[in-house]
Amino acid sequence: MGTLGSTLISIRRLTKAYGDFTVLHGIDLDIAEGEVVCVIGPSGSGKSTLIRCINHLEAFSAGSTITVDGIPVGPGPQLAKVRAEVGMVFQSFNLFPHMTVLRNIMLAPLRVRRTPEPEAERKARELLARVGIAEQADKYPGQLSGGQQQRVAIARALAMEPKVLLFDEPTSALDPEMVGEVLDVMRKLAGTGVTMVVVTHEMGFARQVADRVIFMDGGRLVEAGTPGDIFDSPKEERTRGFLRAVLNH
Amino acid sequence: MNLLNTFFNMRVLIDSLPQLLRGLLVTIEIGIVSIVVGLAGGLFLAIARLYAPAVVRCLIRVYVDIFRSIPLLVLLIVVYYALPFVGIRLSPFVSAVTALSLVSAAYTAEIFRAGIEAIPSGQFEASAALGLSNRHTMVDVVLPQAIRIVIPPLTNNCINVLKDTALASVVAMPDLLKQATQAQALAANPTPLIGAAIIYVLLLWPMVAIVARLERHFARGKR
Repeated sequence: MGTLGSTLISIRRLTKAYGDFTVLHGIDLDIAEGEVVCVIGPSGSGKSTLIRCINHLEAFSAGSTITVDGIPVGPGPQLAKVRAEVGMVFQSFNLFPHMTVLRNIMLAPLRVRRTPEPEAERKARELLARVGIAEQADKYPGQLSGGQQQRVAIARALAMEPKVLLFDEPTSALDPEMVGEVLDVMRKLAGTGVTMVVVTHEMGFARQVADRVIFMDGGRLVEAGTPGDIFDSPKEERTRGFLRAVLNH
Repeated sequence: MNLLNTFFNMRVLIDSLPQLLRGLLVTIEIGIVSIVVGLAGGLFLAIARLYAPAVVRCLIRVYVDIFRSIPLLVLLIVVYYALPFVGIRLSPFVSAVTALSLVSAAYTAEIFRAGIEAIPSGQFEASAALGLSNRHTMVDVVLPQAIRIVIPPLTNNCINVLKDTALASVVAMPDLLKQATQAQALAANPTPLIGAAIIYVLLLWPMVAIVARLERHFARGKR
């Protein structure tokens, strides 16, 4: 855990509702440059919705504001700029099945950043080496294991050199024996000073890697603190109940 | 007069063959132009239906529904015989291509829409998260995957368009069917009609067989 920089993501009164059902109740949250934040909580607590609002994959209610590096998030021409700075890794990988691993990683730099082809390729191979699967460059996603696919997805997100990486339950769709290899890559990333917001059920990872752990329940930010605060001396009863349930099984 | 001499009269067939082949050329011309225009129009309609403002989307839905409901023969006769009353006079070729393309575009739009909707939402989300524009999302991510899904139904649609070109004979287009009926009248023998039927089958059978193979291929889950 290095020293943290200035505020990168600022979330104010973030509210989101589907009809009468409110998923997020006025969340306030600041995330600093270089910070690793893990978001934990029961299913349906709104934690995935929260991070999907940061790059506007989910629209949010009027009166809510999110800024990334000072740019307001919302529909309009500046959204592409925000998305170019915010990388995302999905639970179900969402690689492009008709492209090789290499092309998957090169696509956004070529199209969005207009990086010259040779440079994009050199960079893609470098990233593949970084996530430990350099030899799979010319395969198609369908030929890889789940863990390898998720590592490609991380490399794909990194290729845009984003200011922040969002992880939406990155290991939840993986076979148990592949969880470790993905968490290892994420742990290494966290060590390099990349800003990360990770929605996860991996409590061991959160405890070990996070600068700050956020516990959400019922669309509210219930408690936030260092891993020590949250895991060893949670103040809120709901946090204690959740941790008892997930840690003692 | 026996059956063979009536329907399979070799001399009549050979005499009428050049005329039938000229007709075939016209049929193929009408078919290809209508298929290409219909494909382009259908793709445009399908994408506009995804991204255009609500009013335009609604208009497109109305268009698609109307042109899938109207019998092609009726449309063709309206285009050729009714439009001149408002000063729009189209040649038989343009009339046939217009009617065929309007209908084909409606069907093609539905086929493309189904193909695009078959692409998992995760593909759109991953593209959006990477900052790809709508255009690049379509061109690089969605369409290359959707095309594979829609090839069998699109080929089916092409077969239908080619078959429906025969209707052009009612607006005096010298297509394969029209040439055959004229040759039949001239020879006072129906053999040219049989000849035309055989040519239609020879033209379309390979396409039908290809569709069947493609459908088996995709049913096996290959993508």
